[in-house]
Amino acid sequence: MVSVYITGVGMTKIDKHWDTTVSELASEALRIALNEAGMESVDAVFVGNMLSGIVNSQENLASLVVSYAGLYGTPAFKVEAACASGAAAIASAFISLKSGMFKDVAVVGVEKMSDETSVEGITRALATAADSEYELYHGVSFTALNALIMQRYSYEFNVKPEDYGLWSIQMHKNATMNPYAQLRFEITMEKYLSSQWISKPIRFMDCSPVGDGAAALILSSKKPKDSPIEIAGVGMATDKFQSFLREDLLTLAAAKIAAKRAYNMANIRPEDIDMVEVHDAFTIMGVLSLEALGLAERGEGIELLKNGDIKPDGTIPTNLAGGLKARGHPVGATGVYQVAELSLQLRGTPVGVKLDNPNIGVALNLGGLASNCYVTVLKGE
Amino acid sequence: MRPSKPVGIVGWGVYIPRYRLKAEEIARVWNGGINNMARALRIEMKSVPSYDEDMITIAVEAATNAIKRSKLSPDRIGCIFVGSESKPYAVKPGSTIVAEVVGATPQVLAADYEFACKAGTEALQTTIGLVSSGMVEYGMAIGSDTAQGEPGDDLDYTASAGGAAYIVGSNKSEFAAEIVETYSYVTDTIDFWRRAEQPYPSHGRTFTKDPAYMRHIIQASRGLMKAMGTKPEDYDYAVFHQPNGKFPVKVACKLGFSIAQVKESIIVDRIGNTYSGSALLGLARILDIAKPGDKILFCSFGSGAGSDAIHIEVKDGIEEKKNLAPKVDDYIDDFVAVDYTTYLKYRGMIRFNER
Amino acid sequence: MSVPKYWRIIPHYYRLEGTICKNCGYKTPLIRKICPNCGSDDVERVRLPREGEVYSYTVVYSPPEGFERHNPYVIGLIKLKDGTKILGQIVDVDPEEVKIGLKVRMTFRRISVDGKSGIIQYGYKFKPVK
Repeated sequence: MVSVYITGVGMTKIDKHWDTTVSELASEALRIALNEAGMESVDAVFVGNMLSGIVNSQENLASLVVSYAGLYGTPAFKVEAACASGAAAIASAFISLKSGMFKDVAVVGVEKMSDETSVEGITRALATAADSEYELYHGVSFTALNALIMQRYSYEFNVKPEDYGLWSIQMHKNATMNPYAQLRFEITMEKYLSSQWISKPIRFMDCSPVGDGAAALILSSKKPKDSPIEIAGVGMATDKFQSFLREDLLTLAAAKIAAKRAYNMANIRPEDIDMVEVHDAFTIMGVLSLEALGLAERGEGIELLKNGDIKPDGTIPTNLAGGLKARGHPVGATGVYQVAELSLQLRGTPVGVKLDNPNIGVALNLGGLASNCYVTVLKGE
Repeated sequence: MRPSKPVGIVGWGVYIPRYRLKAEEIARVWNGGINNMARALRIEMKSVPSYDEDMITIAVEAATNAIKRSKLSPDRIGCIFVGSESKPYAVKPGSTIVAEVVGATPQVLAADYEFACKAGTEALQTTIGLVSSGMVEYGMAIGSDTAQGEPGDDLDYTASAGGAAYIVGSNKSEFAAEIVETYSYVTDTIDFWRRAEQPYPSHGRTFTKDPAYMRHIIQASRGLMKAMGTKPEDYDYAVFHQPNGKFPVKVACKLGFSIAQVKESIIVDRIGNTYSGSALLGLARILDIAKPGDKILFCSFGSGAGSDAIHIEVKDGIEEKKNLAPKVDDYIDDFVAVDYTTYLKYRGMIRFNER
Repeated sequence: MSVPKYWRIIPHYYRLEGTICKNCGYKTPLIRKICPNCGSDDVERVRLPREGEVYSYTVVYSPPEGFERHNPYVIGLIKLKDGTKILGQIVDVDPEEVKIGLKVRMTFRRISVDGKSGIIQYGYKFKPVK
């Protein structure tokens, strides 16, 4: 069986890129990654994106990205799995290399959210990740669905607002060192607690920001000579789609299964992990992600925050580049940013805080209300 | 008009929205706090529908309560008529929505009626006819409105929201009350109207009382009593349309009824004029408290103009039904007062860009 | 909103109908032709109970398009009397009074309105049991 390596990484700063189109933004990240890998072309391009149809009025996106990147003729796919579109594109590319059909492929995750300038408009667009007939119909925003989980989690485990605040504070601190991050400033607990309600109990400072960004990877089945980073495991799973059908609202069941599958493929255990990139679109999702990855028991993820375990010098360094909360969350690009950040850290050239010789990094990307989950395990040398 | 075979009310149900606008709040906005109009109209407050309520949602709630009292399987209801003057669709029936929600579809006759404030009793009269002819086994008549009053106008103090639903059947053992005789009196009298394109009705001010309200109710009630061979003192209760707190008392006195006979049905002072729901809500208030054997003279009024008078006799079946659904007083007592701005917001009277 | 998209879910929006699987017994508020639990097509419509209690809730201050100017409103995850869970707005209540465990029952309301000339979408909401 072939192995899959990351041979090139490209990222744009997450921002409001007013003068750039969605395809152009993707092509920028793609060109950077190609240059880094020292390549002129690839066998195929996998584009991870959620909202180009709704927000940018542009479908058939993959073909247009190839055109912007000057790669006419290259096979191209758009992969959509809501907020997990990025990781889904990586997984698709990974499978294509494993099959032996392609030798070198590019993955690019992109989201251009700022084309929708109304808050209600982008809120509705994001809510299409939920069930339009049984959830969105009632006026549910995506934040509201996460708020239902946060409310219940706080109720069952007696969690205080300040506990969630620890997450946001740490993410903002991490992001100050990441030049690609959208929110490069620190926040205080006071600022966290005084931020306005979006969907109570979710505050503004519990939420990831709206932004534009693209990240790209070059994946190859040929082992590079210098510092090879291997995608050692990919795990995927789906859960009952609607929030109200979950037997246990507080367990990300699909993420748990995806993690188990990825760990098995990579032949690792949770205690082997040196760092994680988790899907903190909202602080509660950061906490539940840690539990799903097997790093804490149900209801105990919050303890990792209180004990400082998620800090760069803690037992499980988390979201060293700032996470979705502060690096930003251009939805379809996020999964690719996560893997790009982990691979740079494994190479020893991180965009954020530098760890001392990490060897194994794990990324968790959640689509919808964790109804479609992807876990990617990276191994350094 | 006498039904060809005995028919009666086998279920009744009401609904009044939870919000209220107090007359003093309206006077604060429009008359420097001097509450002359409300005092003249005997109005303390009026009900206000929430932003997500309309005459269809109100009709559904009232219908659901009526079905609870009837203990019927909804598919046995053969006709559903909804009377209203505040239809959210100019074209598209509201009765189909009510029928679908309560589970009476698809083998059902459904229609919307309009006759200003008597659209609900129009619906009731037709239902009585269909049931007594045997064309349907059971029928439901509903009066429901979210009435419009132009801000600052007299009607602003009274135009409110509420509804009542009545299920009519012909099985005597199920009767809460028997409908013995009815009398309709209609002329073309233009006392109140709303042109199709206008948001609020217009009215003939002083013309609305004697030639319109008083004349039609008096003639219909007298016609009914003549047909029945009854006198005012034969009745335990009299129920009239209640556009304000003054008119039903005046018309009662003029007809020879005492204040005691009419006062239990008067709820307009606390919920306002619910238009198509008004007289039917007054009747429901009486059914909530009546005893078997009680006799009720009921008379609606609709501008334009006409009255339906009905002779009703309460039967033994009423007692077991009373507590099967919320009573009129339950809705009257459970309220939250809102300010004028909230009222405008809930009623959709703030102007936005058209999308 | 698309009329057929609304129309085909009317039994659920108006009457709280869902699906029960005769093969595995799984009950869901969704209208489905295939059981989402076991994949059997031996399913039939079922009416869900109209009363339940709040399992979780949120107060929406930043609504999606179509719900502007109605905020703040409360969204509840309601556990119905048969244990089925369902989402819906909780109305006629001060948001501060909503708590996990609050007893609620179905009411029928407008959900959203499609501009000045489009259709009005109705459906269930919940309100506190008095």
